[in-house]
This record gives sequence, structure tokens and C-alpha cells, in this order.
Amino acid sequence: MCSDRPLDDSKTGYAHRHLLGIEGLQRSEIAALLDLADDYARQDPRAHRPNTLLSGYTVINLFFENSTRTRTSFELAAKRLGAQVINMSVAWSSIKKGETLIDTAMTLTAMRPDVLVVRHPDSGAVKLLSEKVDCAVINGGDGSHEHPTQALLDALTIRQRKGTLQGLTVAICGDILHSRVARSNIHLLNIMGAQVRVIAPPTLMPSKIERLGVTAFHDMKKGLQDVDIVMMLRLQTERMQGSYVPSVREYFRFYGLDREKLSHAKPDALIMHPGPMNRGVEIDTEVADDIDRSVIRQQVEMGVAVRMACLDILTRGQEQEA
Amino acid sequence: MSVKAPERTAYINARLIDPDSDLDSPGGLLTEGEEILDVGAGLFTDGAPEGIAVIDCAGAVLAPGAVDLRTQLREPGEEHKETIASAGRAAVAGGITSLVALPNTDPIVDDVAGVEFVARRAREEKLAKVYTYASITRGLEGQELTEIGLLSEYGARGFTDGLQPVANANVMRRALSYSSAFDTVILQMPQEPSLSTGVMNSGEVAMRLGLSGISPLAEVIMLERDLRLVEMTGGRYHASLISTAASVEVMRRARQRGLPVTCDTAPQYFTLNESEVGDYRTFARTMPPLRSEEDRQAIAEAVADGTIDAICSDHSPHDQDSKRLPFALAEPGIVGLETLLPLSLALVHKDALSLKELITRLATAPAAILKGQSGLGKGRAADFVIFDPDRPRMIEPDRFRSKSKNSPFENYAVQGEVLQTVVDGRTVYSAAEES
Repeated sequence: MCSDRPLDDSKTGYAHRHLLGIEGLQRSEIAALLDLADDYARQDPRAHRPNTLLSGYTVINLFFENSTRTRTSFELAAKRLGAQVINMSVAWSSIKKGETLIDTAMTLTAMRPDVLVVRHPDSGAVKLLSEKVDCAVINGGDGSHEHPTQALLDALTIRQRKGTLQGLTVAICGDILHSRVARSNIHLLNIMGAQVRVIAPPTLMPSKIERLGVTAFHDMKKGLQDVDIVMMLRLQTERMQGSYVPSVREYFRFYGLDREKLSHAKPDALIMHPGPMNRGVEIDTEVADDIDRSVIRQQVEMGVAVRMACLDILTRGQEQEA
Repeated sequence: MSVKAPERTAYINARLIDPDSDLDSPGGLLTEGEEILDVGAGLFTDGAPEGIAVIDCAGAVLAPGAVDLRTQLREPGEEHKETIASAGRAAVAGGITSLVALPNTDPIVDDVAGVEFVARRAREEKLAKVYTYASITRGLEGQELTEIGLLSEYGARGFTDGLQPVANANVMRRALSYSSAFDTVILQMPQEPSLSTGVMNSGEVAMRLGLSGISPLAEVIMLERDLRLVEMTGGRYHASLISTAASVEVMRRARQRGLPVTCDTAPQYFTLNESEVGDYRTFARTMPPLRSEEDRQAIAEAVADGTIDAICSDHSPHDQDSKRLPFALAEPGIVGLETLLPLSLALVHKDALSLKELITRLATAPAAILKGQSGLGKGRAADFVIFDPDRPRMIEPDRFRSKSKNSPFENYAVQGEVLQTVVDGRTVYSAAEES
């Protein structure tokens, strides 16, 4: 069975039962995950058909928040490894009133899954759930806290294009305040030796963000000066009409990525976006679709490889326990 | 546990502490029925008189029982979290002889019937003396004033909307103005609601955890507004649960201007800071939130120098289902009746203030705010606590008499243990009998 694993070594280099966040991981652990994901990315799925690495394993995708992309990506990753996958989408509003998160966890534990992938609108909810179940838990995004697999797939994409993360300057632009993608990326990029800048209007910039080791900018042109990577974030509809920013057109004028603003970055700077994009809000279509600069499609592809690596490593830990 | 008061009881070999009569000396105390018959440094130094009950305090402190300005009883409406009986047992075990309940029960205490209900239930339980505030506004809705005059006559000890600050400045102005005719007190936890929609103190910890923050400014902005309204109306105002350095400064200046204002805090605000939230620990979710270390120190200093008049328990019982939730969905608050005294004694052990000054914050000052009496004077109600201020121990929530165990102080090392609590001459708690 081990022949299907790109890494033959039974040591995983990853010393945790769960993947709840990037904060607290060692550089070597992130590198191990990225190396394994890189191998999966280079592997031709057709050559490993059927893949039986996780045959007999059950992965439950438990999503308390709408998501097509992340859930599908996890589902495909698990299926490519031969696992059984069950998708559960829970309307959180109805959960709040009746069954508690803990009850949900207890019910799922009784079904004996091997891996739970959880997305939840409240920061810390995935950690709480991980304390109450007896299987590996992958954080698929919790509130404004962390989205570790997104940061890993972003890192893998950058590494493939630029060779390394060390020494690169990365600008993360948009709704930093509410973004779990931003937090996970800031932690990961710092750990791996990149310089991180964050760019946002003051109302979308969390206080004390500089304590994470980043430089904050309100002026996008200054923030983009000579960067290697431009990471755009999605702005939620409900935040763009007067509550945090006055209007879509004003946001696009000052914080939307267009050719002009991009010209301040390095000539070979890459453009990234975790999706789904709001074209004409945070990013201009012309820029988003520029095949020389935009790596947005590649990010999606790397997403599957990264999630395969995470599932592989976390289940390997279980084998060692047993 | 409560026994019929014997005719006379002598308490000998005590360290008597009473801020009201400026007393801190070895001595004894004699009760008759519900009252203190005699007290003094020289009393019973040659042994107690024959034929009456004698309690040897063996050098322990005998002081007026704590008067708690802020307790949530949960009865009526949420008896699975706490009842007047369980809160009463917890209070006397914590050395509290009188407490005042917030009106945020179900139904809300906003009419005469509510005040009478609490009084009747307290008489039935006969543990700590239980009083209640009535709400400032009907239904805690922040709009229409309650019958402040009638409610005062029926025994409401003050008026507060509890966990909900009165946001509308004109409503607050009228409450302060109208209440001044009845010499009662308006209590407010100052937190500007539009600035306090978050779930913990704003700052680095909130930013890292991805939790929405409550700025310390939310407190001082409303406090300053209220103090201007006090100046305008002459109403008596008490700010509940001061938690920030900025608020302390504002209170200090208000005192200097001679405004009729007082304030309190709870032990968590001079004991813990925001880092207690750690990894989304919901027991550390409070309202106001645990603040920065600078704020914590400022609160400790303000308790020591008297800028903060009183320390209350802010007893907020919650069952497991209200706390075992994602942080933002968990109810705020911690149980406080049984930890008020030992956590406050830490300030004495750090030499921030004297034991007598601490008794002022816990008993004398809060009684004065309520226009009640506290002290060991002759003829006063025999409401006092006997405690060992030094005995080291761990806080064990599992042993709380309170129905709820939501405390971030589990296994927290403290000094100080209540040995006996006496209300109206009756022993309502005795550590010897409990163990």
C-alpha cells in the first residue's frame, strides 16, 4: 500500500494530530507538507488509478458555511487517494437553535470517520470541535481566524513559479480585518522567510496587525512597490456598501487591482486570488485573466495536491498511533 | 445549616476589623439575638462569661460581611443556572452577608411584584440578605422609565439596566433627574453599545484569534457622557465594572470636581488580562472584556487608592451549554460569589492596601452606596464574617455551592479562607461543619 505514497519514509516530519492552523507550525513541518504536495502535484493521477492509499478510510466534509470550491477540492483530494467521502452541509442558523456544535461532534464521532474537514463561520469553532472528536481534524476555514490549506496551496503555487519563498516580498491586499486567508498566509510566509506587506483601507485593517511581523499600507501604489507577489482578497458584498467602505466604485478606484496599480510591482510579479473573484470590485478582469501574470488557475490545481498531502500525512499519523 | 439564634453568643480571641469605627485590634464581640450587644478591644480578654455560647476565633479576622453590589440570581426564569437558595449558600460560603440582584431575570424586575418576589424568596431561604435592583427602563428596552418612586418604596435598592447600558442619552438624563427626588442610585455598566459589539478586548490577542474587538474607548466614552448628565441633573450615579485605565482617570477627575459618583470593579479586572482568552477559553469571556495588562494594573491601583470605591462579585452563573460554544457565541460572565474574598485578599498580600481598607471596599463602601449600614457597632445587625486571611489553598469550582461552575480560576492559588459567616446573629456558614 505504501507504494502509492510519494514519500516512502514512514516519518512524516509533521508532529501534530490535526491541522488547525499555520500559527505554531515549524518551518520544517510546512516544508514537509509542501514537499509532499509538490510530489502529488507532479504525479499523474491516471497513472495511479485506482489509488488505494486511503482505501477503507472515511473522510467527512463538515461545512457550516457555504463553499463549493474548498469542499470540492477536499472531496477530489480524498477520492484521488481512494478514501470514502461524505459531505455534510449544515445550515448553522438552525444548528444554533437546537443541536449544539458539541452534539454534532459527538454524533459524527460515533460514525468513526478517520478525518474530519470542518469549515465554520466562528473563529475557534474548529479547534473546539477537534477537542471533542477522536479523529484527525483539518481546518477548512474558521471565522476570521485561519484557513491553513489555502495558505499551503498559495505557498506551493509561489514555490513552483519562483523556486523559493525565502526573500520574496508579498503584498496581501483587501479585507485583512475579516480574512482568515490573510492570517494563515501571514504566518506561513513569515515562517518561510518572505517579507509580508498588508494593504487595506483603515476600516478593513485590524489593529495591532504589525505585531504579526508585517508592514501595513493604506496606499496601494506604495504598498505594491517592487513586490514579487500580489495576493488579492475577496471583499464580501455586505461590507462594500457603506459599512466598511462607501461604495464598490470607490473601493475599486483605490484598492482594486488594475494595470496601473500593478505597474508599481516588479515586472514579473505574480497575481493571486483565493477565489471566488469579484471582478470589477477587487480585481480588474484584464489583470485576472493575464496568463503571464495571473496564477489563479494554478492555485486551484495546487489546492487538490495540498489537500492530498494533508490527508496523507494526518492518516499516516493515525497508523503510527495504532 | 441555619440554626436558631441563641440568646447570646460570645466571639472571643478575634482580630476585629471595622472601617466604620476605625478598628483593627484583638478583641471580642457579643451578640444578642440579631444584634451586636457589645464589641471592643478589651472584651473577653479574661475569658468569656459563663452560661452563654462561646466561639473561639483563635486569632482569625472578624469583620463586617461583604456587601455585594452585583449578583445575577437567575431566579426566576433560569433556575437551572442558579436559584436564590444556591446563590445564598454560595454567598455565605464566600463571606457575603448582603447582596443585591440585577433585574435581568425572566420576568424582568421592572414592577413592584418583582421586587416583592425576591424579598419573599429571600425571607424563605434566610441565608445572605438578598435585595434587588429594579430596572431603569421597562423591559430593559432603554426607552420608558419604570416607577422609580414606587419601586423604591417597595425596597428596590437602586436602578440599573444590568448588562444593557442605557444608550439613549435623554433617557439617562431623565432617569438621573427623576431619581434624584427619591434619593436612590442609578447604576450603569458604561459601555457604548455601538462600539461594543465585539466579543473580547480589541488588540493583538483579538487580532490573532480573528475575534471582533471591543475598544476600551467604548467604556470611557459612555462614562464621560454619563458624568456630564450627572453634572446637569444632580442625580446619584454609580458606574459598575470599571475595567480600563482611561475610566479610572475620568473617575478621579470627577471626584475632584465633587460629583456625587461612585464606582466598582470585580476581581477579574485586577487579577486577569486579555491573554487569559488564550485558545478561545470561553470561561474568560466577560462583559466588559478582560483588558490589557496596563489596564489591569491601573484597576488594581485604583482599588488600592480608593478611586474605585467597591469590589463586587459580578456573579454571572452559566451552565455548560452556555459556555461550551465557539467563543463568539458563548455567554459572557463568570461566577464570583465564592472567589470574591480570596481574589481580593491578593491585593492585601501584595501590600497594595491594608486589610481594613479592603474591608472598606467589600463592605463599608458598598453599604454606603446602597444607603445601608455596615459595621460592628453596638446595636447594629450581627452580620459578619470570620476568616483566616493567610491560609493558602486552590480554587476548586467543583466544590462551589453555586449551581454553575463557570470560573477561569480553576486551580488558581489563593490565600484566605472563610471560617464562619453570621447573618442576623445566626451562623449561616461554618467551614468546620462543611468539611
